[in-house]
Order: sequence, then structure tokens, then C-alpha cells
Amino acid sequence: MAEGSSNLRTPLILGDKKPKQVSDDICGILDRKPTRMWYIAFLASLLVLGIGTAATVYQVMTGIGTWGLNKTVGWAFDITNFVFWIGIGHAGTLISAILFLFRQKWRTSVNRAAEAMTIIAVMCAAIFPLIHMGRPWLAFWALPYPNMRGPLWVNFRSPLVWDIFAISTYFIISAVFWYVGLIPDLATIRDRAKPGMRKKIMAFFSFGWNGSYRTWVRYEVVYLLLAALATPLVVSVHTIVSMDFATSVIPGWHTTIFPPYFVAGAVFSGFAMVLMLMLIARKVMALEDYFTMTHVDAMCKIILVTGSVVGLAYLTEFVTAAYSGSVYEQFVFMNRAFGPYAWAYWIMVSCNVISPQMMWFKKVRSNLYFVFILTIIVNIGMWFERFVIIVSSLHRDYLPSSWADYTPTIIELLTLAGTFGLFFTLFLLFCRFLPVIAMGEVKGVLSYGRSKKARVFVAQANEPMGVTPVLEGEKA
Amino acid sequence: MSQRVFLSIFECEDDIMDAARAVREEGLSIVDIYAPYAVHGLEKAAGFAPSRLPWATFFLGLSGATFMLWLMFWTSAVSWPLNVGGKPWNSLPAFLPITFELMVLVAGVGSVITLFIVSGLRPGKEAIMPYPGVTDDKFALIIEETDATFDPEAVRLLCEKYNAIHTEEREEK
Repeated sequence: MAEGSSNLRTPLILGDKKPKQVSDDICGILDRKPTRMWYIAFLASLLVLGIGTAATVYQVMTGIGTWGLNKTVGWAFDITNFVFWIGIGHAGTLISAILFLFRQKWRTSVNRAAEAMTIIAVMCAAIFPLIHMGRPWLAFWALPYPNMRGPLWVNFRSPLVWDIFAISTYFIISAVFWYVGLIPDLATIRDRAKPGMRKKIMAFFSFGWNGSYRTWVRYEVVYLLLAALATPLVVSVHTIVSMDFATSVIPGWHTTIFPPYFVAGAVFSGFAMVLMLMLIARKVMALEDYFTMTHVDAMCKIILVTGSVVGLAYLTEFVTAAYSGSVYEQFVFMNRAFGPYAWAYWIMVSCNVISPQMMWFKKVRSNLYFVFILTIIVNIGMWFERFVIIVSSLHRDYLPSSWADYTPTIIELLTLAGTFGLFFTLFLLFCRFLPVIAMGEVKGVLSYGRSKKARVFVAQANEPMGVTPVLEGEKA
Repeated sequence: MSQRVFLSIFECEDDIMDAARAVREEGLSIVDIYAPYAVHGLEKAAGFAPSRLPWATFFLGLSGATFMLWLMFWTSAVSWPLNVGGKPWNSLPAFLPITFELMVLVAGVGSVITLFIVSGLRPGKEAIMPYPGVTDDKFALIIEETDATFDPEAVRLLCEKYNAIHTEEREEK
């Protein structure tokens, strides 16, 4: 490190960049033609999305008999995937809102991509309840609107109705938050672009932003307020999702630990997904200076903490069941761990409890290949967590004569695959057409961990006025 | 009404910060600053008043929550009361999650719309740029030329002391 730099903090952005260089690096990605890799990835995602769409159309036209559900297991695949995708989305809001309130400046390199991931993940999630309605064109019946049937209103006491409000609010607020953050960057692209289509589009969507500081003052306040509103919102969303289960009287669901347990699990899986995407993006788009080992390390630590919370929750559930005095409750947990779905349970435990514990070691956190594999393992584990909670609690109910098993049909599997197709298609489009790194925010943290005094001194000692001040790093 | 202004351009966040502070200490008034990113503390250095937007957010949130709570009470207890599991018509605890969601929704979306209105931002609006590059890496400081005592030469020297890379006088409409 150059002389005169602060030893107290490590710089967040490597390479002693100046603001101009940040614009060049990030906008440069958009200026270049897409690589062959991008086309291959995009077409593959599009193909999977197409197959998923076909499966969805088929099941909507034929009816929900195309699923593997039965009288006992009336809820399985759709709700598993719904909770899985909503959980993925939560990391984006955690990074953009909660880390903002805690003044974690390293978030600036990740927040744009993480918020995009949130919005796309919520879209993927929303598909499942829509399909599950059987007649998705009547989805608006779930909203309270004046109608000719009385008017007959929705049941506001039902967590499923809470869910509709929570998910829609979450989607809208996330999209607004993301867009507000994008406006200054869109203006940067607009002012760099040559006259043409892109300049026109960016001019339209950048709302006439010109960097006026009077606007910046208001903008910063609104950004802070949105963060302050989104923070309890993200907690409320997964709390309400967990109440879909917890307010029922099914053993294994009816517990008060669900809200914190679900929120921790959501952050856990979401962070793993963001980290996975960022590790790919970093390599493919050469963002090593922006998304550094410091970022990987910080995100691994959050995965470790939330993973441990999830592990503790699994243990607590068992203790609660053992102590409850309810044979039904005790049976559900024994059946979960040693019954017909024990394989799913133990996949869940090994992926979610054991594998993240490896992140205690610095050697593991600094090995990108290892971290990448761990993020995938965590996501597999978190998918199985939802599957285990839902199916293993239902399939052996109070009446042994109605016990049944559940296996997903090919249609259900293709629908799940289709949402991954949608997710990656939209994410690849985002990487292609919008700045993946929040330029306006990264420029503000360039001086972080770099000595201010040294820089001013060098600048003033330098030649006549009108010459760009030289930063200490360049001198070295 | 046209206004004469003095424009100076800086390239470093520390320079604009010091320059803004120095200019204000000289008793000059700053019309506006243009910046590619928000610099912590610059609004204080420039003497800009804090935004009153939190009040808008507060009242928007309050009205969103009140409206939703009223709607749920009215639909469940007045318009068509339905017995759901023997729960009371007015099931206040069960109404709280949605009340909260609507508070967030109305406050969040409303604040952003308020921001757009008060700052004059709208889709397709033409951006009026004081100097090229202020959305990229340049900072522009615009000082009001108040009266005859304004000495452009002194201000120019002051700004150049803080590494201004360009200065000019302008007639602004």
C-alpha cells in the first residue's frame, strides 16, 4: 500500500480509481458487444424458460390434477418454490436497506445487483400462488375491490390475504428503491452515450437528472427513508409467509419460532444466491477491483451467522417438540428425521447446518471456488428445508388410514426449472443493459480507507492550477 | 429574471467541500452545486437547509395506515360481517399486518413521487447541465453575483486556491 494511506481501514475499491474511471469501467461493460458466453447463457436460460412456460400452460389448461398432490398432502411443490424464491429475494433488501442503515459501506459494490435479484426473485415467487389458484385469470378476486356480489370482501383475518398485501408491497417498494437508486447512474450513461437510441432511452428514464445538489439533498433523505421503511418491511414479509404455516393447527407448523426462523433462513439463502451471482459477474465482467475479497469475506460471515441461526432453530424445534408433551408434535419431528422423507431432512441438515460451518476458516472464505460451491450447496439445502417443513408435516396426519406420500410430477419439476430460466434470463438482461455496480454510490466510497491528508498535500504541492491532482497511489 | 452567476469547476470531493465552506465564509451565497455523487457533509458546507420530506413521508404513512385500518374495519364489521371461526367482527390484532404493509407502501411510493414533484424530475425531462461531466466526475459550484461589491477576480482566486480547473461568469435565465 502507498505511503500515507490509513492503516485503520482497508480500501473498499482497489486500484486507486478516480470517479471517471469508475464510469469508464462500469459503462464500458455496456458499450462492449456481448460475449459468446453471454449469448450461450442467455439462450440456455431462454430455452429453460420456454420449457417452463409450456409446462405452466399445460397445467393451467388441463387442471391441477397434473400435480402429485393428494388428499393428505394438499400443499407441496408450489408453496415450497414460492417460499424458496421469496427467501432468495430477501438478501437484496437486506443489503440495500439494512446494511445502509448500519452504514456498511461495502454494500455499494453489491446493492445494485442484489436489488435486481430481489425483484426478479419476487417475480419468480409470485408465479406459484398464481398457478396454484388453478384459474390465474381470477387472481384479482384475492384483492378487496367493490364488486357485484354483495359486495363480498376478502377475509382480512387470513394470513394468505396478508401475504398478498405483503408480497405486492414488497415487490413495489423493492422496484421503487431500485429505480430511485438507478436514476443518477442512468444520467451518467445518458451523458456519456453518443447520440442515438441508447441516449434517448436513458434521457427518458433518467428523469432529467443533472446532479443538482439541492436535489441530491432530498434524494439522500428519500433514500434513507426508503431504507428505513424497507427494513421492517422485509422482516414483515417473511414473518407473514411463515404465518401461512404457523397460524394453522398442523403439528410441525404451529410454532412461534417460525417468524425469526424463516427470516434468518431467507437471509441465509439470499446471501448465498447474491454471492454466487456476484462471483460469476466478477469473473465474467472483470469486476475484481469492485467486488473484492473483502466483500466475499463479509458476505461469507453473514452466511455463517444466519446459517448458524438456522441450525439453532432446527435444534430448538426438536427440543420444543420433546418438551411439548404433545405426542403429535413429537411424532412429526421423529418422522421428519427418521421417516420416509429422512433423506430430504438429512440433505437439509448437511447443506444448511454442517456446510456453512466451514466458513469459520479464513482459508475457506478466501478460496473462491470453495465459496462458490458452498453457495450452491446452501441454496439446495434451503430449498429442501421448505420441502421438509411442508411435506413432512402433512403427509402423516392425525389419521393413519389417510397417510400418504408425495412425489412431484414432471410438470411440477419443469415449472420449477422454468422459474430458474426466468430468473437467469432477466438477470442476464439486467447485466447487459444496466450498470451492475451502483456507480454513484461507489464513487462516494473511493476515498474510504485512503488517507485524505496525503491526497490533499500531494494535490497542492503539484504544479500549476488546472492540472488534475495526483493521487498518492499513482505516485507510488 | 436573469441572474449573473459565477461558475467554478472542481475535480475532487475534498476541494468542493473546502471551496463551498470558504465561499460561504466570505459571505457569498451559493445558488447550487452540481455533483456526480452525494458527498457526505457537503450540504452542511454549502449551507443548504435540511429537506422537509420526512414530514411528507410521515403523513403519507399515517394516511395509508389509517385508510387501510378503516377499510378493514368497515368491510369486516359493517359492510358484510362474516363469522370466521367465531372471531369478533372487529379483529384488530389480525388487521395489523396489512395496516403496516399499507403504511409502508403509501409512505414509500408517496415519498418518491413527492421527491419527483418538488425536484421537478419527470420522465423524458430534458436535463439542464451547467457543465459537461457533472454526472461523471466534475463538481460545479455556482455562486450568485449579488451586487456591485461582487469581485469576480477575488472569487476566481479563491476558487483556484482550492484547485478549481475552470471558472467563468454566466448570465442565467
